[in-house]
Amino acid sequence: MNEMNRKLSILAAIWVALVCAPFWMPYVGGYTALGTRVLVLGLGAMSVNFLLGFTGVLSFGHAAWFGLGAYGCGLLLKFVAPSTSLGLLAGTLLGGVMGGLLGALLVRRRGVYFAMVTIAFGQVFYYIAFQWSSLTGGDDGLRGFERQPLHLGFATVDILSDSTAFYYFVLVCFALVVAAMAFILRSPFGRTMLAIRENERRARFLGIQIEQHIWIAFTLSCFFMAFAGSLYALVNNFADPLGLHYSQSGNFVIMAVLGGMRRFWGPLLGAVVFVVLQDYVSSITINWQIFIGILFVLVVLFFPRGLLGFLQQRKRA
Amino acid sequence: MTQLLLFNITNGLMIGAFYVLMALGLSLILNLSGVINFAHGGFLVIGGYIAYTLEPYLGFWGALVASPFLTAIIGLAVERVLISRVYGRDPLYSLLLTFGLAYILEAGTRMIWGAQGKPFTIPEFLAKPISSEFFFITGYRLFMVLIVAVVVTGLFSFLRLTRIGIRIRAGTLDLETVAGLGVNVRALRSLNFAVGIFIAGLSGVLAGGQLGLEPTMGAGLLMPSFIAIIVGGVGSLAGTLVGGLLIGVASGLTAVFYPSASEAVIYVLMAVVLLTRPRGLFGEEGMLT
Repeated sequence: MNEMNRKLSILAAIWVALVCAPFWMPYVGGYTALGTRVLVLGLGAMSVNFLLGFTGVLSFGHAAWFGLGAYGCGLLLKFVAPSTSLGLLAGTLLGGVMGGLLGALLVRRRGVYFAMVTIAFGQVFYYIAFQWSSLTGGDDGLRGFERQPLHLGFATVDILSDSTAFYYFVLVCFALVVAAMAFILRSPFGRTMLAIRENERRARFLGIQIEQHIWIAFTLSCFFMAFAGSLYALVNNFADPLGLHYSQSGNFVIMAVLGGMRRFWGPLLGAVVFVVLQDYVSSITINWQIFIGILFVLVVLFFPRGLLGFLQQRKRA
Repeated sequence: MTQLLLFNITNGLMIGAFYVLMALGLSLILNLSGVINFAHGGFLVIGGYIAYTLEPYLGFWGALVASPFLTAIIGLAVERVLISRVYGRDPLYSLLLTFGLAYILEAGTRMIWGAQGKPFTIPEFLAKPISSEFFFITGYRLFMVLIVAVVVTGLFSFLRLTRIGIRIRAGTLDLETVAGLGVNVRALRSLNFAVGIFIAGLSGVLAGGQLGLEPTMGAGLLMPSFIAIIVGGVGSLAGTLVGGLLIGVASGLTAVFYPSASEAVIYVLMAVVLLTRPRGLFGEEGMLT
């Protein structure tokens, strides 16, 4: 009971902090747009972790689905219909379906090899976005679209110029996806994912169809990722080919590991630290990459279980 | 048309030769230590820039010889201090570590030598084309092919004929048994890593002579090298060799007919190979998969 209360109060604290963010962030040197970016990238890191932390499958090409989501959303807004919700739908479907198709090809691979193949295939989409400049804007990225006001039937919310309204829009989207993730992880399917992570061979002996489960988990993770990517296009009113690049995949993985990949909320914490650090360091030096690189090395050497894992260890000791 | 075709095939082979050098080093390290070295391109760049720094003192030939050794020493230090700590751990950590190292090496190169590209001069007699009809075959290109051939032959004979080489190959198959037989696996892995980085450094010098030096040039070679390994088959060095040349020629040929797809075609090739023969052309079932 005590444990349960503790968990509930932490959960409540997280949501209160997120809901009140536009009010407290200016006092600690933040701004609302930074909060929105943290939410979206955090959602991406949580999607990567859905696969990495809870199924134990190491995909290093997830930026492809993130970027496809962004391009899908941007292209729809630019060429088809000026509707934010349709844009989100198009981006999510584009990234999720492509990811699912590719996943079917890869599910039998494991470990390092799986990582290599996902990186290489992820780069395909980077090259397409880079080369097909008549459609995607090539190196310059896709410009010329804007997120549109939301029509809720009884009211219209201007999320374009009002950054606080947009933050809450993103927060609602974030909450829906996070709830879906939590629901899946609590379901029998989610428990099976954990069983595969812990001991694949034993799970196979129990009659679990490993490939099928991994494929479903991979595809779900791609859909979540593509949704985060679509939101990211709305954040910037811009889709960047670098969002598809494998270095972006690396950033998502490091956010997940930095926060703690065995924890549901770990990747969000990782995203907070990563995004704020990147924002700060890139404002003081042009060689910010070196600091990001050092962060990677330090995390691997000293915090392999992430900040949350580290805190827990300290408490036990 | 024949000339254009020949021009692009030669071009493809040249590029393929670079992929081969890079991929062989990556493959060596992956096979023995299970580490995908994302920082490989970073070491390649360092090799090129060290040669650029040494050239005024040692000349082209001196720099060509000295730079790979210095790069290998840097690689050895990095392996001892950092990479050796993640051996045997979840591949996630070696990926992240070398990923971070790649950032550090690239940004470090930019800090030391500047973001602007640097020219790397090659001897006069190598820069000239061998004939006016085949203007695209310069002496330097022939020279590069020669070096690549020497390195590949040297590497394969090292692995077949020397005691250390045989241990490396045995370790690729079953490291535990090799350790049980009294081989110092720690030293073996370090040496193996250094050999891989030596080759990377050498390709950096060669690439610098052909294309000039830029801090980002290594990252661009990394993906094709990955694909060379996947197409050739993980665990097989001969496969890596064939894979590298194959994707080089494929992208060279595509450049004739449909230039904008010349990079995409190597991914198509990879997809076809994975669909029809998931272990790669020369790969053995079960190795690292």
